[in-house]
Amino acid sequence: MANIISDETIEYVGILAKLELNEAQKEAAKRDMGSMLDYIDKLGELDTDGIEPMSHVFDVKNVWREDVVTNGDDRENILKNAPGEKDGMFEVPKTFD
Amino acid sequence: MPNGYETVIGLEVHVELATKTKIFCGCSTAFGGEPNTHTCPVCTGMPGSLPVLNKQVLEYAVAVGLASNCDITRYCKFDRKNYFYPDNPQNYQISQLYLPICRNGHVDIETENGKKSVRIHEIHMEEDAGKLIHDEYDDCSYVDYNRSGVPLIEIVSEPDMRSADEVIAYLEKLRMIIQYLGASDCKLQEGSMRADVNLSVRPLGQEEFGTRTEMKNLNSFKAIRRAIEGETERQIDIIESGEKVVQETRRWDDNAGESYAMRSKEDAQDYRYFPDPDLVPVSISDEFISDIKAKEPEFREEKKQRYIDEYKLPEYDTDIITGSKKMADIFEETVKCGADPKKVSNYLMGETMRILKEKELDPQDITFKSESLAKLIALQDKKSINGTVAKEVFEVMFFEDIDPEEYVKEKGLLTVNDEGALRTTVQKVIDENPQSVADYKGGKEKALGFLVGQTMKAMQGKADPASVNAILKELLS
Repeated sequence: MANIISDETIEYVGILAKLELNEAQKEAAKRDMGSMLDYIDKLGELDTDGIEPMSHVFDVKNVWREDVVTNGDDRENILKNAPGEKDGMFEVPKTFD
Repeated sequence: MPNGYETVIGLEVHVELATKTKIFCGCSTAFGGEPNTHTCPVCTGMPGSLPVLNKQVLEYAVAVGLASNCDITRYCKFDRKNYFYPDNPQNYQISQLYLPICRNGHVDIETENGKKSVRIHEIHMEEDAGKLIHDEYDDCSYVDYNRSGVPLIEIVSEPDMRSADEVIAYLEKLRMIIQYLGASDCKLQEGSMRADVNLSVRPLGQEEFGTRTEMKNLNSFKAIRRAIEGETERQIDIIESGEKVVQETRRWDDNAGESYAMRSKEDAQDYRYFPDPDLVPVSISDEFISDIKAKEPEFREEKKQRYIDEYKLPEYDTDIITGSKKMADIFEETVKCGADPKKVSNYLMGETMRILKEKELDPQDITFKSESLAKLIALQDKKSINGTVAKEVFEVMFFEDIDPEEYVKEKGLLTVNDEGALRTTVQKVIDENPQSVADYKGGKEKALGFLVGQTMKAMQGKADPASVNAILKELLS
């Protein structure tokens, strides 16, 4: 494997992804990420000078809607997806800035 | 400010757009609904839901960009800004990093120190987050997603401002442009306009910028001014004591009059932006731009000049009236109903501003009809009511939907125009106040005022003071 993921990197990625990994999982993740980056490096062998980065595979643009209210009050259904509910609100772990 | 230093300020201004629906779904943006009653799978970030751009958002953003002299990015895209926070249900905010809709603009401002141009780095479109509510006793937070997905534009200036005065002039200028376009009501107190202040200080003459901090939670012009002054002082103190300013985000506490560093979220600011694959690119045609240009309203500066030329208003008046789009609209409509421009202006600058200030209201909260103001002025012109009564009626009209013509009839406030009755009353007052009459005849002008007052009182305020004055003088000569 050409790409070696350091302990610091896997630690940092874990923080960004809000994941806590044990030692065995960290080692496995390091290997997986390394091989993914190896694959990406392969793409780097291509000459992409002067080619605009692509964000979509289909040649579609300007998909938009008119400014008209189409949704009504569907709170009851929406709240079924909530981890918890109180007074019509989503209940989440205490979060402070 | 201590001598020898210069403050350097750039602003990030978020403006909530006045669309009926959210930026990527057909949920209402109406303010004040019961929690989560304006939500759907898109704005609560449910897997598999797909955002579709609201065309009106694009039109407003382009309109603001054109009015602030920006280049419009003809091919633009949306990007995902990744971070975890419960008010952001997708775990990313849809925003624009690589190809923002507007770039390289400027607005001209004027302060006591003269005119200058403030450059705009970019304007991008993005979505607002939901609202987090913290319960003091529960170990939980609660989220209302009604605001999630409400369209915002973020206007990023270059670090071109050097004082609180310039910052406020710049914000006022933006606010006027956006209000006149109808793109937002721009109320700082209610959060439809929010400004983050990036500030650094440097010794006068130094080219290089100092280390900057970003200040949040500024919801009035007063708070912005105090925060700028406070932060300038804080940074100079740090430098003077030989230490270094830390680049950080600080939260302004306006009650305490000081700021404190916001606990940096456990992770560094690493948003890992990438193009949003759910939203296709936007390509803006010449026609799209010319349509928006064609719809451009008359802006404040043009309006002011026209009021001076067309209505012969003093510049002072035009400045106050055009200071709010709503006020300017009322002015023009009332004049259209046939009222004298200067008289309309006096009502707006005088009584209207007084009541707004007293009740801490914004001109946008005005509800009285222009037609009613025109009627009130006409009643006064015809001398059907006097100035004192007119003021009373205006105050009622300001809060209640009344027809002034009907109202003065019903309440019996019409001036008595029967000259015979007036003469009789004046004569009676003269007879009852021989001392004042003697004083007046002896050269005391003041005594006449007293007699006018007594007559007005006898007429229960329903007389035209000028007529009373004239009759008195005639009878006493």
